[in-house]
Amino acid sequence: MSTPKTESSTEPSTKSTADRIIEVAGLCKDFDGKRVVDDIGFTVLRGQTVALLGANGAGKTTTIAMLLGLLLPTAGSIHVLGEDMVRHRHRVLGRINFSSPYVDLPRRLTVAQNLLFFARLYGVPKPKARLAELAGQLDLETLLHQRIGQLSAGQKTRASLAKALVNQPELLLLDEPTASLDPDTADWVRRYLEVYQRRTGAAILLASHNMAEVERLAALVLMMRRGRIVDRGTPAELIRRYGRRDLEEVFLDIARETGAAAPDTRTLEDPAAVSAPRQGTAAR
Amino acid sequence: MTGRTVSTLGFAPSRIAAMVLRQAYLMRASWPRIFELMYWPTIQMVLWGFMTQFLMAHSSYIAQASGVLISAVLLWDVLFRGQLGFSITFVEEIWSRNLPNLAVSPLRPSEFLLSLMTVSLIRTLIGVLPAAGLAIVFYQASVFDMGLSLLAFFVVLIVMGWAIGMAVIALILRVGLGAENVAWLAIFLIAPVSAIYYPVSVLPGWLQAVAWCLPTAPVFEGMRAVLIEGVFRTDLLIHAILLDVLYLVLGAGLFLFSYHVARRRGLLLQIGE
Repeated sequence: MSTPKTESSTEPSTKSTADRIIEVAGLCKDFDGKRVVDDIGFTVLRGQTVALLGANGAGKTTTIAMLLGLLLPTAGSIHVLGEDMVRHRHRVLGRINFSSPYVDLPRRLTVAQNLLFFARLYGVPKPKARLAELAGQLDLETLLHQRIGQLSAGQKTRASLAKALVNQPELLLLDEPTASLDPDTADWVRRYLEVYQRRTGAAILLASHNMAEVERLAALVLMMRRGRIVDRGTPAELIRRYGRRDLEEVFLDIARETGAAAPDTRTLEDPAAVSAPRQGTAAR
Repeated sequence: MTGRTVSTLGFAPSRIAAMVLRQAYLMRASWPRIFELMYWPTIQMVLWGFMTQFLMAHSSYIAQASGVLISAVLLWDVLFRGQLGFSITFVEEIWSRNLPNLAVSPLRPSEFLLSLMTVSLIRTLIGVLPAAGLAIVFYQASVFDMGLSLLAFFVVLIVMGWAIGMAVIALILRVGLGAENVAWLAIFLIAPVSAIYYPVSVLPGWLQAVAWCLPTAPVFEGMRAVLIEGVFRTDLLIHAILLDVLYLVLGAGLFLFSYHVARRRGLLLQIGE
């Protein structure tokens, strides 16, 4: 369970290019002249879970959309699995996947039809065997012939997760993976993600408002405010640095600007700083 | 474990097949969808069949070839159903909030367009073939009497339908679902100048010039030449094909431009809202 967190101390500069699943530098996005993502940079390593944290409108979803190629950046670079996502995203889209509560699976198709469709779209060999495998792992056997529109929120989340894993992605991007789930189902999803990552060595980037989830899953937390990464570190480092009891209190400090996190000026030119704790910026 | 099976053509047939499979699942699960595909072409054919029977006794022009109106109706439906099948298949991805899933999958925009064309072809055949069969049974009027020229007319018209469909989805990408009704209405803009039921010469001079700028008018003129004069007009077909290619390139360009703008402005995530 703790494999991803043990990598938090690994500095990106010591990792080979092949281990750098995401490399973002100087990333900016403007909408109608307003900057919503402002000069951010970070690296996600193979087998690592990184969380984007921030209040609504902080720029998390916009960042994920740019990483997926759904949105073109105004400036900066994004490399995923070594490929430039602005120019050559189709070279790697088959090796990544994502899930978001804001994007549905076709509601009139059954779970099995959806998974077979996406398996074929992603070029998965033996789609039916993969479907059976996922159904077993995600406890979907009894739901396979139900339409997505007939499922409960928790069942839909499991179906969406199955879609996101259908191609055994090396990079999984998750936007609020446990939103609207009951604690039991949410816990089940988190456990599954941990198992999947341990088994495959996949990197996971998630945006979440659930601090307990982030504390449990993330090796590195990127705190965003008004489009900027204002602080970063392991959950334990951030809690210690801000002198708080948990990540939720750190989040409130940063979101309400009661914490003393200075604007992040680090870039990938100083990659060692990416995962190194910032010193002397704690509020208390 | 990825979609790496891109052929030498620059696209992966397996991904296009996957998109067709997704639509097949959808249609299989909903018989009203299939019924709706067949309903309008059949109703149109029945109405124009009776009209033909009436006009044959009162019009020397129609009496020359009893199948001319029914053939025109069915060929017009090829264009209409082709365009609608293309546009509505795209709109269905927005209705189901599935467009972002497709946009982050290995499916390339060119493959998406090819899949829309394939689904459009299937939907058009499902709609038009039963109506064409019933026309033989009810009115002894067979569109298939045109032989190979029917195939040529069919191809030109459905390709024009795809070109208009591309322009329609480009518009929907730009302005959102508020423009979805354009999918139903767009084709009727060119109907008056397509010379479906009457010759181009009926139109005022300036509209005749407009008509000859569309591939539809030469197709329907060519159809009448086959049915009334028994002559296949190669010149009209070449005229139509050249215009088809032009409109297809323009449609694809519009779609790709709108897709690029949508990625720049974040519209792919918001379009269902």
